[in-house]
Amino acid sequence: MAIDLDLPTRQPDPDRQSAVPTPITITRDYSTPDKVFRRGVQASGLGVFLLLVAIGSFLAWSGWPAFKVAGWGFFTHSGPVQIGSKADFGVLASLTGTVEVAFVAMLVGSPVAICTALFLSEYAPLGTRRSLIAMIDLAAAIPSIIFGLWAFFELQPNVVGLSTWMGNHLAFIPFFKVTSPPLNASIFIAGLVVGIMIVPIVASICREVFSLAPPGEREAALALGASRWQMIRTVVLPFGRGGMIGAIMLGLGRALEETIAVSIILGGSYKVTTQILQHGGSTISQLIATNFNQSGGALGLHDLLLCGFVLFLLTLVINLAASAIVNRSRSGAGVDL
Amino acid sequence: MSPDSISQTAPEGVLVTTTSASTQSNPVVPDPRTPQPVPDPVGTVPPTPSAPRPRRLPTPIRPSAFGAQDVAVLVGAAVSSLCLVWIVFYQLTSLSGGLGFLICWYLAFLGLTWFGTAQVIERQVATDRVVATIVVSAAMLVVGIIVFIVAWVTYKAVPSIHWGPLFTKDQKYFQVADPNALNTVGILHAIIGTFEQVALAVLIGVPFAVATAIYLNEVRGFGSRTVRTVVTAMSGTPSVVAGVFIYSMLILTHVLSYSGFAASLALVVILLPSVTRVVEEVLRVVPSGLREASQALGAPEWRTVWSVVLPTARSGVVTAVLLGIARIVGETAPLLFTAFGSQLINWNAFSSDQGALPLVIWSDVRQAQPVLIDLAFQAAFVLMVLVLILFVLARLFSRPKGKGGKRKANQSEDDFMARIFIPIPIEERES
Repeated sequence: MAIDLDLPTRQPDPDRQSAVPTPITITRDYSTPDKVFRRGVQASGLGVFLLLVAIGSFLAWSGWPAFKVAGWGFFTHSGPVQIGSKADFGVLASLTGTVEVAFVAMLVGSPVAICTALFLSEYAPLGTRRSLIAMIDLAAAIPSIIFGLWAFFELQPNVVGLSTWMGNHLAFIPFFKVTSPPLNASIFIAGLVVGIMIVPIVASICREVFSLAPPGEREAALALGASRWQMIRTVVLPFGRGGMIGAIMLGLGRALEETIAVSIILGGSYKVTTQILQHGGSTISQLIATNFNQSGGALGLHDLLLCGFVLFLLTLVINLAASAIVNRSRSGAGVDL
Repeated sequence: MSPDSISQTAPEGVLVTTTSASTQSNPVVPDPRTPQPVPDPVGTVPPTPSAPRPRRLPTPIRPSAFGAQDVAVLVGAAVSSLCLVWIVFYQLTSLSGGLGFLICWYLAFLGLTWFGTAQVIERQVATDRVVATIVVSAAMLVVGIIVFIVAWVTYKAVPSIHWGPLFTKDQKYFQVADPNALNTVGILHAIIGTFEQVALAVLIGVPFAVATAIYLNEVRGFGSRTVRTVVTAMSGTPSVVAGVFIYSMLILTHVLSYSGFAASLALVVILLPSVTRVVEEVLRVVPSGLREASQALGAPEWRTVWSVVLPTARSGVVTAVLLGIARIVGETAPLLFTAFGSQLINWNAFSSDQGALPLVIWSDVRQAQPVLIDLAFQAAFVLMVLVLILFVLARLFSRPKGKGGKRKANQSEDDFMARIFIPIPIEERES
């Protein structure tokens, strides 16, 4: 809405123009201590950057001898470390095992985590909310080796019965087929443990996102006669969708990297398996952790370091994508108010 | 139309002033649209006849109102689903397995609850109830598992603990045949190792992390976006990769041997991004008025950060560090490749293999010796108590101070602001 005032415009006077002082560019002259401070702080920022670069490059560098022997077959073979140059070793079995464990973990963990987050943000009585949140945060701090101990001694004996039952009655699903018992030390059990371990992480991010749902729209839904679930379905969940996806992806990153709990459960094998209920299977981090002490073979540990590099790249990509999604949903993009 | 016929034809609930008492005492029927207080000597007539309502609404149902009927529906659903699943599970199909039975029972319970509530009340209420049941039971499951894990580790560890040897001996004199072996072994070597490794990691990592957070939030400048992304990416670095990285960079190249120091470097890789992120969040909530006040007083930038920003954020920084320690104290995977583990006391973190609490658990639980498994559980108990203490400390520091303390802090802040921003009268400002 431009108001046309039709004012007389002042013509620049060519004679007077030289008299106008040239504008001063305002600069800030840092004192020497400030310069030192800024340099030091910038150096630490650069240090973090270099650290990440160093992790990637050193792993790539020390995995290179193994990659030279195996070539791209590293991703299509799954044999153990071979002595000599004829190698059919590779990461395929561990890679599929990693994906399977993470898949089971997400399937079990993320619905439970989302329900827990909904409980914490919508259902829990206000008096108990703070202590429940603290408890979930505490669960995220319990060391994974304790989860592993618990899973090995308590969870596994109980789940074997469930595995037997699923193998008997759900065998029409190809993953649940059982051909060779025993049913302990299976990918399914490892996935269950990891699923329990990711619940606190996913739940705390989801709870934060849910609590950011606009109160005006919540109240509008309730005022229109929506029940609590209808309000959650129409306001809270659509608002938190991006954050939920990001949280689940962060949980996925954690599920892919989990080492110790999985290593306690899984025995490790070099065979690609899709039968998740029965004994066998391995993950990349489990392969590294359990085979590290038996550093035989002509390749030394280079093959394990190459596996580490693959795991590093995998989690790097997933975590970057996840944090991008979470950040975008936190800043409120895509929400019209 | 007589008043009696009106009262008969009017639908139930419409308030027309046609009670028999009123017609007897007051033969003139007042117009209901212009209500006027009728002096009523008997007192049975409502004093102010309201406008006629078309029909009586049903009593509103509140999903949150939970009465005896709802409890009956829940209990009925639970019992009938138990019976149903028992018949199907054990009698008809001869399935087995306790967990499978529980899962089927739960699913049948949900279905029957929905059906019952839908019959008794309404379908929307039924859906709301069933979702609430799912949400509450999932949360209870999670809380139950956490409590169970903590209680279980305590239960497995505490009865067999010999407190004296546990904290004063290492595993040097372990005899397989000795029935009283728990009197001769302990985890002192692991406690020393964990303490030294974590302390070194904190000494190296925390200043680094705080400086990076200051760079990201106070100094900013070019590249801080990249560094923030890098920190985010690093916080997802697998812990096993951190160990393998230090191994390939320092041990494979013979810069270091297996040692506690190498382990603490690996722990720094994990500690650094997590502490940086939390500290950055804490620095972000420091009110910018404080910074501007300090700068307006002519303080140089480093002085603003050192004397204003960091003291304001002190409790948050302490919380971040404590949570970071709680995170790294139980890390096992990075230590496998760096500290390597040892059965003996090694005070020098820079020389050779060193034990650690997670490593004791990791190596002893895979032995066939019951004594060593007991020892692993005791180490797990000590580790868990350590994490709990760190967590409680972090909570105490992160909680805002008690009422008096907080008010005092705010007051001093207000005084500070008032001293700087002397209000200028509006007339003066405009002229």
